Amino acid sequence: MTQRTTHTLSVLVEDKPGVLARVASLFSRRGFNITSLAVGPTEHPSVSRMTIVVAVEGLPLEQVTKQLNKLINVLKIVELDPAASVQRELLLVKVKADLTTRSHVLETVQLFRAKVVDVASDAVTIEATGTADKLSALIKVLEPFGIRELVQSGMVAVGRGSRSITGSETRLRSVSA
Amino acid sequence: MTESLTGAQSLVRSLESVGAEVVFGIPGGAILPAYDPLFDSKKLRHILVRHEQGGGHAAEGYAQATGKVGVCMATSGPGATNLVTPIADAYMDSVPIVAITGQVPSASIGTDAFQEADIVGITMPITKHNFLVQRVEDIPRTIAEAFHLASTGRPGPVLVDLPKDILQTTGDFAWPPTLDLPGYHPTTKPHAKQIREAAGLIAAAARPVLYVGGGVLKARAAKELRILAELTGIPVVTTLMARGAFPDSHAQHLGMPGMHGSVAAVTGLQKSDLLITLGARFDDRVTGKLSSFAPTAKVIHADIDPAEIGKNREVDVPIVGDVRETVADLVVALQELYKSGSRADLTGWWKSLESWRTTYPLGYEEPTDGSLAPQHVITRIGQIAGPEALYVAGVGQHQMWASQFISYENPYTWLNSGGAGTMGYSVPAAMGAKVGRPEAVVWAIDGDGCFQMTNQELVTCAIEGIPIKVAIINNGNLGMVRQWQTLFYEGRYSNTNLQSKRIPDFVKLADAMGCVGLRCDSKEDVDATIEKAMAVDDAPCVIDFVVGQDAMVWPMVPAGTSNDEILAARDTRPDWDSDGMV
Repeated sequence: MTQRTTHTLSVLVEDKPGVLARVASLFSRRGFNITSLAVGPTEHPSVSRMTIVVAVEGLPLEQVTKQLNKLINVLKIVELDPAASVQRELLLVKVKADLTTRSHVLETVQLFRAKVVDVASDAVTIEATGTADKLSALIKVLEPFGIRELVQSGMVAVGRGSRSITGSETRLRSVSA
Repeated sequence: MTESLTGAQSLVRSLESVGAEVVFGIPGGAILPAYDPLFDSKKLRHILVRHEQGGGHAAEGYAQATGKVGVCMATSGPGATNLVTPIADAYMDSVPIVAITGQVPSASIGTDAFQEADIVGITMPITKHNFLVQRVEDIPRTIAEAFHLASTGRPGPVLVDLPKDILQTTGDFAWPPTLDLPGYHPTTKPHAKQIREAAGLIAAAARPVLYVGGGVLKARAAKELRILAELTGIPVVTTLMARGAFPDSHAQHLGMPGMHGSVAAVTGLQKSDLLITLGARFDDRVTGKLSSFAPTAKVIHADIDPAEIGKNREVDVPIVGDVRETVADLVVALQELYKSGSRADLTGWWKSLESWRTTYPLGYEEPTDGSLAPQHVITRIGQIAGPEALYVAGVGQHQMWASQFISYENPYTWLNSGGAGTMGYSVPAAMGAKVGRPEAVVWAIDGDGCFQMTNQELVTCAIEGIPIKVAIINNGNLGMVRQWQTLFYEGRYSNTNLQSKRIPDFVKLADAMGCVGLRCDSKEDVDATIEKAMAVDDAPCVIDFVVGQDAMVWPMVPAGTSNDEILAARDTRPDWDSDGMV
């Protein structure tokens, strides 16, 4: 079996000051590379969720999760299988669009089910969500028109189906790492 | 019951309530409020050290000698950053200490205020956990959590940073507080299935070795280890961090493994077919070149820290749990197996081990230039002070000789800086150990290089009535570095000659610091000088042992090479094949 080189980790952490720094510095000091990182609140006020995409092979991945689990503020770590989860990134891109190219740009926007969120005389700003693959395809198509500015979020992901990795807050806060 | 206290009072009450007895520290601006109620405390002894690094190492020595949590205290900025080295040292060696630091007032944090340093940020990678307290009401819970984290699971340092305004504000104090550590659940009970698998491998192995690390001491499992060893008849090696966990005089003890380990211990591991790894972590100083370490061995790895398992060496049977429980469970499981007649014969294995042990015993050559042999000095200190004394080493040649040539019969009698290799550990750590074990004789075995890094704490010892004994193994050089220059840099002694046989005069220095100073430079005087030091019990005593500079630590596995390349002595590589074994 071939091993994937990127892994998506959902990390539930206590919402405490410095927790992002603890996680980020752990990765750098143990020599692991973060491909993407997104942090945000969850349905529980005291719990934040980080979605971390990390580029490692199987054995080092075990080290990553074990080391993460040692952080006192980390409550739970789940690896999300891309086939069994929904993974999304957000892209905002400002593309050159004058009278001659605007209609082509808008066509591309429709094709990718993206949308225009701002219009100027010589440019449009496009918002798109999707998997990393879809967004890079969109960027590739937009490139010939001239990309003036581009910003992209880290990936967020959630498992498919009705099961929750968080569960009740009491259970989460007493879960064994 | 809830009372209204200032943050400073709350801190002192919390430390008293959690059972702390001694604080090694130095006051300063930001921590000053805490020192006012500390002045009145009947339960806390504050020892005013001369440098925060000394306070940190003293807390470590106290913790390692007693098994209790050591406490050090410093002010913000440079006071806190001076604690960084001992905190890093405690992190590497899993020593339970709590460091309390003052911080600039909350409103000034982030403004580059006077004596401001982000000590929580700085110590994040070298603490088990750290806290910046933001509300006065949080102080009791934070202190209780800090002690709990430091002393349970895999022990380690915890830092609590307290802004000055929080110490000055009044708030509710209630004890005991409720701990709020939802992400912290160390696994202490080993899994029964893993125990059965491990026992099966142990009973069947023809060439097993008990590879014992510092975790056995941390788990206070020396008694259980001895039962396991004697039940199985399996040879034992104790790493630098585990010296004393198994008696050196025991027939099953092969000595210390690793870069300067005994030939029998190093070779025993190399030729083994099963490593029973207990609270050890396959450190590079033990394994040598990892890919050729114990190539034919299966591995049982028992550790309380799951991240250690499989970190360096792949494992056949992982056991996560408290090593004392693990060993106790293994004993029961093995007794069952043995009853059913399942037990491999170790006679052949012991025959080989005995031949390595007798062919390559630990030893040293007498210097030909008439100088005093450092190994002789250390051997005699060990013999005269005996196995009940505590020995606290610095880092370098003298540390290795102290590990090799003193016979450790009891746990917690050998303290050193193993993982971090912190020169300057010895004197302050010996001070902390003596505070924790005042009835014991405590010897600091130090080098002249190490000693010049932290000897100021002898002033603390003299004033506070902490009569430690210090043996400076004075070869005038940074001896271990010089040894490497001899062996790997064609004898080009770049910046290793400290000239400390000339300057400073250690006897005068000792005298100036309120200690008894003695000097010895000949073999004939060694015993009498040690006896003299043993007779001093009302002041610290320093002996300047002037020794030869050419002595080297043997055996040695050169860094980065395979353990198969061990040199019993210079240019002497053991000949395995002629021993007719594996």
